[in-house]
Amino acid sequence: MSESALTAPAPRAPEHSGHDSTLQHHFATHEQQFDASKIGMWLFLGTEILLFGGLFVGYGLMQAAHSEAFVAAHHHLDKRLGFLNTVVLLVSSWTMVMAVHSASKDRRKATVRYLIATLACAAIFLCVKYFEYGHKFHEGLLPGMYYSHKGDAVPNQFIFFSFYFMMTGLHALHILGGMVAMSWVLRKAVRGEFSSTWYTPVDLVGLYWHLVDLIWIYLFPLLYLIS
Amino acid sequence: MSHDTTHAERAHGGPKIYTLVLVALLILTFITVGASYVKLGSGMANVILALGIATVKGSLVGLFFMHLRYDKPLNALVLLVSLFMLGLFLLSCYTDFETRDPLEPARLKAPVAAPAPAAAHGAH
Repeated sequence: MSESALTAPAPRAPEHSGHDSTLQHHFATHEQQFDASKIGMWLFLGTEILLFGGLFVGYGLMQAAHSEAFVAAHHHLDKRLGFLNTVVLLVSSWTMVMAVHSASKDRRKATVRYLIATLACAAIFLCVKYFEYGHKFHEGLLPGMYYSHKGDAVPNQFIFFSFYFMMTGLHALHILGGMVAMSWVLRKAVRGEFSSTWYTPVDLVGLYWHLVDLIWIYLFPLLYLIS
Repeated sequence: MSHDTTHAERAHGGPKIYTLVLVALLILTFITVGASYVKLGSGMANVILALGIATVKGSLVGLFFMHLRYDKPLNALVLLVSLFMLGLFLLSCYTDFETRDPLEPARLKAPVAAPAPAAAHGAH
C-alpha cells in the first residue's frame, strides 16, 4: 500500500458501495443508527444534569441559610469577566451548531473552520477562568478551611467559595473534556470521514457542548449576579 | 434575504435561525446583567428574574441548538424526566428546610467561628 493511501483515506461513497462502513450491521438504516446514538447521548446528558443538579440544590440551601455571607462573597467576583465568559460560551455554542449544520450539508471546510472556532472559544473561556482563579488564589478566597482572606465584615464567606470552586471547577473540567472530544471530531473532519449520511460524532459532541453552555447559563447569574 | 429561510430550514434549523437565536441569547445576557444592577422589591425578585431569564435562554439553546424542536420527542422526554427528577430533589429539600437544624459547615475557621447570623432567619 502506498503512503498516500495511508494518509488520505478514500472518500466514502455510502450510497454506491454494497457495504457501507459507517452503518453498523445491527441497524437497518442510518436514521435508526443516528437516533439510537442520539438517545444514548441524551441519557448521558440526563446524568450530567443530575450531577450538576446536586450542586445547585446544595448551593440553594446554603445560600438560604447563609445569604448574607453569600451576598458579601459574590462581590469578590468580577461581573465583567463572568459576562465576557458567558458571551464567549454562547458564541461557541453558535459555532458548534454551525459545525453540525455544515457537516450535515457535506461542507467539510466549513465544518473544520467552525470546529476550530469552537475550540478557540473554549480556550478563551479557560484563559479567563485561569486569571479569575489566579486572582482568588492570590487574595486567599479559597474554599473551606483554606480560606484566608483578611478583613471581612461578614463571616462565613468561605462557604460561597466552596461552592464557587466546586461548581466552576467541575464546569471547567467539562470544558476541558469537551475540548478533547472536539479535537477528536476535528481530526475526523480534517480527514474527511464525515458525510451528510454520517456525521454522528459532530452532532453528539455538539449536544454535549450545548449542555456545558446551558449549565453556565445558570451558573453565571447564580454565582456572579446574586444580590 | 428572507427567502433564505426555506421550508426545510424551518423544519431542521439553519444558519439564519441559529444566528437569530444567538442574537436573542446575547440580548438576554445583557438584560440579566443590567437587571442585576437594579434593586427590585426584594432580593428574591432579582433571583427569580435572573433564573427566569436563564430558563428562557436554556430553552432557546435546547430547542434550537440542541435540535429538540426538530427531533423526535423521545430526546425531549429524557431531558424532561431528568428535570422532573431534579425538581423532586429540589422540592423535597426545600420543603424540609424549615424543620432542619441550622446548616453549619463542618469546618469552621478562626475568622468565621461566630455563629452565622443569617442562619436564624433562613426563611428565604
